[in-house]
Formats: sequence, C-alpha cells, structure tokens
Amino acid sequence: MARPCAVVGIGQTDYRRRLEVSLEGLVRWAALEALADAGLTFADIDAVVIGKAPDLLEGVMMPELSLADALGAVGKPIHRVHTAGSVGAATAISGATMIESGRYDRVLVVCYEKQSEGNATWALSGGRSGGQGAGGTFAPWIRGYIKRSGAPEHIGWKVAVKDRRNALRNPHAHLRIPDISLEKVKESPMLWEPLRFLESCPSSDGAAAVVLASEDAARRGPSKPAWIISHAKRSEYSSFPGRDPIRPRAGVDCAEALYRKAGITDPLRQIDCAELYVPFSWYEPMWLEGHLLAAQGEGWKLTDGGATELGGSFPVNPSGGVLSSNPIGASGLVRCLEAARQVRGTAGEHQVDGARIALGHAYGGAAQYFAMWLVSSELQPELR
Amino acid sequence: MTSSPGRPVAIVAAASALHPVYHGPEATLVMTCVNEVRQAAGVDRVDFTMAGSCDYLAGSPFVFVMNIEGMGAWPPIYESHVEMDGAWALFEAWLRLQVGDVDTALVVGSGRPSVGNQREVFSLQTDPYTMAPLGLDPVSLAGLQARALLEAGIATEADFAAAAGRALPGMDPGDLLAAPYFNDPLRSHDVATPTDGAAAVLLVAGDRVAEFTDTPVWITGMDHRVESHHLGLRDLTRSPSAAAAAAHAGAADGPIDVAELMVVHSPEEIVLRNALGLGADTRINPSGGPFAANPIMATGLMRVVEVARRIASGEARRGLAHASSGPCLQQNLVAVLEGEL
Repeated sequence: MARPCAVVGIGQTDYRRRLEVSLEGLVRWAALEALADAGLTFADIDAVVIGKAPDLLEGVMMPELSLADALGAVGKPIHRVHTAGSVGAATAISGATMIESGRYDRVLVVCYEKQSEGNATWALSGGRSGGQGAGGTFAPWIRGYIKRSGAPEHIGWKVAVKDRRNALRNPHAHLRIPDISLEKVKESPMLWEPLRFLESCPSSDGAAAVVLASEDAARRGPSKPAWIISHAKRSEYSSFPGRDPIRPRAGVDCAEALYRKAGITDPLRQIDCAELYVPFSWYEPMWLEGHLLAAQGEGWKLTDGGATELGGSFPVNPSGGVLSSNPIGASGLVRCLEAARQVRGTAGEHQVDGARIALGHAYGGAAQYFAMWLVSSELQPELR
Repeated sequence: MTSSPGRPVAIVAAASALHPVYHGPEATLVMTCVNEVRQAAGVDRVDFTMAGSCDYLAGSPFVFVMNIEGMGAWPPIYESHVEMDGAWALFEAWLRLQVGDVDTALVVGSGRPSVGNQREVFSLQTDPYTMAPLGLDPVSLAGLQARALLEAGIATEADFAAAAGRALPGMDPGDLLAAPYFNDPLRSHDVATPTDGAAAVLLVAGDRVAEFTDTPVWITGMDHRVESHHLGLRDLTRSPSAAAAAAHAGAADGPIDVAELMVVHSPEEIVLRNALGLGADTRINPSGGPFAANPIMATGLMRVVEVARRIASGEARRGLAHASSGPCLQQNLVAVLEGEL
C-alpha cells in the first residue's frame, strides 16, 4: 500500500518580472533553494517531475528537454505534467505518486512560468488575437454565483484587499500595494463585469520547487517534514447541458475524496488554513462553497466576517495568493508549498499561529480540473 | 534508487486508431480507442486515467482539454496528463497502480500532427536561447547523428536503409540506396512520416487481472532516463540513457523475443540496438515500427501496444517496448512485457 510521503525541502523565486535570468536560471534557483532546505544536493535526487502551463506561454516546446541539465536530471528520469491551471498541484501529486509507489526515495518537483517571455493572454485565448482571456471565461460564472448566493458586491473587493495586505508580509510576492483599500479596488477599471483590475491576478515570472521524500528519507533530513496526509484530483468536461460551472461537481467530488482519505468530517474546523487558487477575487467564496468548507450560499459570509483574514478562524491565502503573484504553471505548486510552510512553522511573517493541517489547492481549464493536497505537521495527526 | 514493482500490473486490452490524415477532432481518435479497450475488457468506469499529448502539434494551448471529451469524464474522473508521449503516461499509471489505491487505469496517447508543419514545430524543442534561433529541426539533428555514426565507422548508409526497409516488406535495401538524398546523409525513406492517431491500453493491478482477460501481458519493468540537451556534451553514436533505462527495467533478466523501437529516423535503430543489447534472436519492429505509422505523441505507446498484441496472441513470450523524446534520442523509456508469468 501507499508509503508515506513528505515535503522535506521548499524553494521559490521572487515572482516579479525576471528579465535578468534565463528559464534555466529561474528553475535552477528554486531547485537549489529546495535542495538546500532539505540538506541535499542534485546527486541525492532519484527523479525530477516538472510542470508548467501551456508550452505556448514561452514558446518552448517540451521544456523538460532543454531544462534537464539545469535541473540536474541528466542520467535520471524527468517527467513532465500539464493539466492547465491546476498543473502546479497536479505535478506535486505526480511527484507524490513516485514516492508512494515505492519506486523512489527522493523526488524533486519543479514548476515555473515566465510570462515576461511570452504573451499569456494571447495563448490563453487559444492563440488567437482579441480573445476573451481567463477573466472573460470566468466572469459570467462569477455573476451567476452572485445571483445565486445574493452576495453583496463588496465581497470581491474585500478579498482583493485582504490578499494584497497579506502579500506585504511575503517577500516573494509580486504585487506590493501598501495603500490598498476597498476604495482603491472599487475605483480601479472594470475589466470583465463584475471583475475590476485590482480584483485580478498579475502576470508574473517565477519558479517553485519542493523535495518530496519517503518516510525513512524524511526522518533522516535536517528539516521538519510536512506530511502529505491526503491528495485528490478530479476532472470533468468543459461544457455540456447540465454542467454547473459555478459549483463544478469535479470540485465537490475532489474535496470529498480528499477529506475522506484524511478522515476529516468537518473541514472548516479540522483544517487550520488554506491556500486556495483564487486568480479573481470572487473565487475565494466560490471555492469555500465548492470545496465543502462552507454551505452553499454561506461562503461569502466567512469572507465578509473576516474569518479568512490572517488571524481569522480560517485564514485563506496568507501568502497573498494568486491575486498577488501568478506564475501560472507554478501557482498551484506555490499553493501546495505555502500550505507545507504553514505546518512546518516556516511561513515567516505570514505564519498562521499553531497551524497543524493545511490545504493546498489549484484548479484549471474551464473550472474543470481540480488538484488538492492536505499537509500536516504530523504523519498521523489527531483530528480535533 | 529503483525497485521492482510493488504490485504486479498487466495490460488487459489495447487499441489504436491510425490515419495518414484524420479530418475530425483529436478527441474522436481518443474516444475510438477508449471505447475499444473498455469493450474488450468489459468495463465502463476505470479508477484512474492518464493521457499524453502535445499542444504544440496543433499550435494551440489546451488541446488536451478537448481530448477529455473522448474519455468519458462524467461523472468526474480521477485523471492526469503528461505533455509527453503516451508511453510516459503509461509510466505514471503503472506507478499509481503500484501505490494500491486504484486497481484499473486507462492510458491514452494521441496526436494530430497533420494540422501543422511538424518539422518546423519541433525546432521549438531546442534550447530557446542558443539553438532554436538556428532553426535546428529534428531531421537536421538526426542527420548530425547519422553523420556521427558514419564517421565513427559504426554504421553504413546500407544499415540505415535496412532499418527503414522494415516497413517495406519485399523491398531490396539496395534499391532504397538508389534514391536521392533528402537531407544528406538521410534519404526520404530514412525519416518516418507523421501519422494522425491515438493508442490506448487498459491496465489492471494484482489479483483482479483474471476478471478482465485470459491473456494478460504483465509489465515486469519500466524505466526512463534523460541525457544532456547540449549535443556537444553527448556522443551521438551512443545512448547511455536507453542503456540505463533497459538495465533498470530488467531487460537483461531474460530473452527478448520481440522489440518495438521508436525509430523515427533510421540511424536511431543502430544506436538503440547497441544500447539495448539486442541480438540476432530478437525480432525488431515486426510491425514496421514508426516507418509504418508514426502517430506523434502516441508513437511510443504504440510500441507497447504492438508488443502487447504479440504477447497476447502467443507470438512472443517476452518483449521490449521503447519510446523516445527530444533531439537525437535525448530521452528514452523502456518497458519490459511478459506473457503469463
């Protein structure tokens, strides 16, 4: 059966525009930092798993080939994952498969995006000019959520302010807006009704890396492991009559499978904090409900009441989230590694006090791909 | 560190859909194969699905998102995708089955290269700063490898013709040599023509295998390795990555009756035969290999399908399937398949 697997090393670059480093330099930066954190070198790594969003974003086809040298993969297996926006979390889960199967003891997982070397909105519009971009895809479903839940319009602004305030505590964050306020968000230009400019994610560069290890290897390392106590993935069609794109069944099923595997019955209480993939402000309440952390129609009330703030009862995106940094292909792995930082107690200025169990999450495509993991400070945490 | 499988895993059904040019969506190619393996094994839902494909063949991002339409993803399914040949999807599915939380897995590889000029497209596979601006395409790179083999005295142009001739039964390799050069020292027949297509296999783990078939094909070992991307750091006449993959897949643990190699440029066969230690007792590419059909992103998985079909039919007992990616065989995967153990 599945062998336990832990995060034993974490690395990430700053997520601003990185015109001074090549793609090789970017991924190697994150990889070396993760290895140093784990007290390892490339020589200790059995296999490398790499993930990113569409190759068209940088115009490099199958970049695992040209990045193999920079990632110390020569002579080893290198495996390349692509599952749209969920890819960062999906890549972490593929890495966990490598360990859990018994095949490898130490796996390096690296994800990246370098939006400054391409045109993501062009690529996300199917390689056609004048496309709607990701915001244009999601805005009608956000309007549907508002109509269905009766949420007031300031909820989106509150998420935008909270995540940007959190970002000021995270030195890696791309957007730093010290004077962020509800007024400022509300007055920013409307992009896709109801999403305003400051309710949308930035175009970031960056790489993130984790070293995953078997139980034996994890206990031998110098750093405190974050144990992966559960992970789940679910996917569904992008469109068909009867699909609910506001509350996709794949997201509900994925969360159910995730909690069941960990023995969690009351996720909002038993999980201490979450890094959710929120590229547009309204996705915070939408995923709180869509992943069973709140009842239908109740998610926005958690946001409105301050529960999701750092210091609240269920902090969401203490790192500043995708709204503050979006190296697309890496963003899901950043959610997963930020969850791991929380339970290791190494999240610095954005640490959630006493976090024992944390959720890392990503979604992609037409809100149809979901990948999540739960990490804990203990291999078999007592659920309270 | 590598180890032998934690749980035995077998191929219980295989399918392919190959067309010189397919005028429908890639998802239909996928669906054709998925339906065929489901019917053959008598299953509706599988526990886990892994796909391999490449956006760049069509020059459009998220092509794989359309492919999910062909996979029966409702109710939602547990699946993942590699931007690699379907052979690597097989590798991940094989490992997931060994974890023990799923018992059945569907593996698909697909591509519709006819929508683009793949010789141009694949030049974007090279390093974007130092190589891609030179327009180094796969055929030119294969020409460098061919030249290295000729100059080292390891192969002759007649050897290249013999490899290409596997897909041309009855053809005298000498006649092939009379053809003009396409990219000196390669002739047109030395380069496999891209095909549209898909391939799929259904995997089952452990003691449930007997529920699905009387002729399981066990995957007893699998491994893949990559080499440097920088050609100047490699000896193009050798393939240490293919040799290492074969060693870690346990290829030498018994005789290999049949080997299907992903040879898309004929000189690669010489490099691979040497690296994999294949002797005169092994039939190589009885299907004709990629020279008979080269469904890009499924070409490697097709090698697995071809070997599995021959083992299931009793034509062979133990076989080796090989897949490759990257310039001049940069990355190589080897799977060892066996009939009833």
